[in-house]
Amino acid sequence: MKKKVPARFHPVSAPDFLPRHQLQSLQLQRLQGMVQRAYEHVALFRQRMQERSLTPADVRSLEDVTRLPFTVKTDLRDTYPFGLFASPMQDIVRLHASTGTTGKPIVVAYTKEDLQVWGNVIMRSFAACGLHAGDVIQNAYGYGLFTGGLGAHYGGEALGATMIPISGGNTQRQLMVMKDFGTTAICCTPSYFLHIIEQAPELGVNLKELPLRVGVFGAEPWTESMRRRIEAESGIKAYDIYGLSEIIGPGVAMECECQAGPHIFEDWFYPEIIDLKTGQPLPDGEEGELVLTTLGKQAMPMIRYRTRDITALTNERCECGRTLRRIQRIGRRSDDMFIVRGVNVYPSQIETALLKVEGTLPHYQIILTREKGLDEVEVQVEVTREVFGDTVGALEQVQRRLCQGVESLTGVRVNIRLVQPQTLQRSEGKAKRVLDQRKL
Amino acid sequence: MKLKQLSLFLENKPGALGRPVRLLAKARFNILTLSIADAHQFGILRLILRDWEKAKKLLEKNGFVVRVTDLVAVEVSDQPGGLAKILDVVEKAGINVEFMYAFTEKRENKAVLVFRFDDPDTAIQILQQRKVNVISSVELLQQTEAL
Repeated sequence: MKKKVPARFHPVSAPDFLPRHQLQSLQLQRLQGMVQRAYEHVALFRQRMQERSLTPADVRSLEDVTRLPFTVKTDLRDTYPFGLFASPMQDIVRLHASTGTTGKPIVVAYTKEDLQVWGNVIMRSFAACGLHAGDVIQNAYGYGLFTGGLGAHYGGEALGATMIPISGGNTQRQLMVMKDFGTTAICCTPSYFLHIIEQAPELGVNLKELPLRVGVFGAEPWTESMRRRIEAESGIKAYDIYGLSEIIGPGVAMECECQAGPHIFEDWFYPEIIDLKTGQPLPDGEEGELVLTTLGKQAMPMIRYRTRDITALTNERCECGRTLRRIQRIGRRSDDMFIVRGVNVYPSQIETALLKVEGTLPHYQIILTREKGLDEVEVQVEVTREVFGDTVGALEQVQRRLCQGVESLTGVRVNIRLVQPQTLQRSEGKAKRVLDQRKL
Repeated sequence: MKLKQLSLFLENKPGALGRPVRLLAKARFNILTLSIADAHQFGILRLILRDWEKAKKLLEKNGFVVRVTDLVAVEVSDQPGGLAKILDVVEKAGINVEFMYAFTEKRENKAVLVFRFDDPDTAIQILQQRKVNVISSVELLQQTEAL
């Protein structure tokens, strides 16, 4: 039996409920300080401001943020390793770095104050989904250079929860610890938790009988269908946490118990949505690229950082009472998108199509190839018990329906290849859905 | 009267057939008969085994998608026209044969065929009315015991 724990207000969550006008004046004050700091200490930012004939004094209102230059991921690479730091090394107490799947990694830095901010937003994240002192949190995000592990760790301790720094991988041990230590919450990527769900019966663990009741899932785009599957198969509540190392790590935004999209901790991170092509700001409710400005990062202020994540902001009041705006679930990234025969395709569209046909989401992988100058898309889909009929005709029909489903949603003809279950790679970090083998 | 068949999804690639077969061999399951249906990119391995429930568990534990289907085993005289006679019966009754294959076991000029009908219960009823010898799984397994 799952214990039902009533939501209770944690004092650390107070800033989540600030009246908007108070929040905005706090934001402006912090923004001005941040721009001043970056201007004084970061050469690249100062140079870009000067090119636009701007000085920090030009930031008089929050709207002025749109006049400031963007920061992009390549800026971090071009200034590798320490070029965007605004603090001397003696004030920097922590460095993290990305894995750098493409070229050089990016490095991010934290002062003591920065770690306090990070701890604060993690505490508020955990509190938002009903965790508190007494909870046992199994942190299966990777510990090390990746921000996920240590980021969640210190915030959890500050909240008074018991942190289990198990890090990622070794599913058998994850399940053993979950059972033996009475884990009540787990932090990991949603695809890794699906892997845990799959492995549990084989290792004799019934997740529904454990005290586990909350999952804090992030570090990769996921969908409502994955949430439903996780909740139905494990009996826990699955919450979406959002963050990125360039801004702070996990804890930029987090869902509350209403599960209606992550609330951005706007007192520390100023969000904008911009048009992908023109870079112009878009009003709340419209979908575009999320741009974030740190409002309290000393070691590495980020001004108008382009996240590549596609979402929309909503200012509709959440039932939880938080005044913080929410972002729509991030199902796609502008750099996950691929172009086939001139059509923009997002893996999330393919996922939706697969789900529609099968009822549950199968494991899948998208492979792009180019044959004789023509792009081909192959979607490999693991056959599930639900769709496996024992005649060739029945399987070919599944194939056809998947094909039609994908084509009608994306406008692109794809080949569906049915593969044996548990043969596609499971990720313990970010799931790599698209394998681009085209030699462009 | 029905006979349980296990079917497995296989990819059409080297080694795909060997894996389940070796798995069953190692656990000392004897395959009474089998058939393979193949399409362009995948195939279906159909198996009849004595301990089908245990075999199913073993295969599923090793990641295979397994489906259990009811088949009908029929005894046919091993001479020209033996099969045609049975097909006459089912066709006249409007019953569709999804697929069929033969049993390796033989006895006194008789062969055993297994059929997948779209409606196995009606098929059994009609075949029995027309005096076709439908063999129960118990009977069949007893016969093969000696092998």
